[in-house]
Amino acid sequence: MAGFVRDRRSKQIIATFSAFEADLIRSLAAQLVELLHNEAAVPASDDPLAALFDFTGPIEEPDDPVLARLFPNAYGDDAEAAGEFRRFTEGTLRDSKSRAAGTIIDSLEDAGLPAEPEGEELTIDVELAPDVAQVWMRSLTDLRLALATRLGVTEDDEEYWASLPEEDPRAQAHHIYDWLGFLQETLVLAVSGRR
Amino acid sequence: MRLSWTLSRCATIGGVMTASPTKADPGVEEDLTPDAVVVADTPWVTVVWNDPVNLMSYVSYVFTSYFGYSKKKAEKLMLQVHEEGKSAVSSGSREEMERDVQAMHEYGLWATLQKSE
Repeated sequence: MAGFVRDRRSKQIIATFSAFEADLIRSLAAQLVELLHNEAAVPASDDPLAALFDFTGPIEEPDDPVLARLFPNAYGDDAEAAGEFRRFTEGTLRDSKSRAAGTIIDSLEDAGLPAEPEGEELTIDVELAPDVAQVWMRSLTDLRLALATRLGVTEDDEEYWASLPEEDPRAQAHHIYDWLGFLQETLVLAVSGRR
Repeated sequence: MRLSWTLSRCATIGGVMTASPTKADPGVEEDLTPDAVVVADTPWVTVVWNDPVNLMSYVSYVFTSYFGYSKKKAEKLMLQVHEEGKSAVSSGSREEMERDVQAMHEYGLWATLQKSE
């Protein structure tokens, strides 16, 4: 997995994913869509790794830390103005973020990701027009914010994550968070024509 | 999976606004566009805050892409967010700043608006 690059001839932003990687991104995007729609919580899982990826927790919207991060208060010192701003913008923002996550899913499925990939040899060649690549950029940001919020990522905490045993589900989830950051970095560079 | 790449992250900062964002780094001011006179008279600013997640490259990209700032100005503002915890990235009417804040939230940046001094 080499991340995104810009194809010099077609100007498209391209990347090749394994079926596992593409399926993982799709799964995270789908969970974000569910959370944004504030649908009923999915049943709690016994699998701690799965639970970490469960963005669709039962916590109501204003209390859910992921939603609080995605839709922060616009006025730091004026609760009433912040509430008004939220009233007029949050629905639009939710729809926009949900559509962006849907675009990721569509891109992956258009590139041939089956509903239930089984063949490990399958590779998914994603080819994004520049405007679609920007939608990916926004949504990868949302996914990273969601994962980081669930994990409790803070500044300069790499050593902590590296110190966790490999089998710790939080360490595995953090690897995925890191990997999404790598993808994001390559995507920014590719869209900027620097890669 | 260990990835061999370096990724710059913006630092985190907690708490609420304490200082006036209008006291911008002079280094940023010299970069203002010819609209600077108009901007200086307008009473609201959009403030972008540091967070531990967003990539420095992405934050710069947002500033160039959304505000149309030069790469140099965008990077200056991004570094101010990174090093000082926040930066006033645009100014204008309250309505304009609400629009900018909404756009920043759409990009996943942590932004607020407040009255300029």
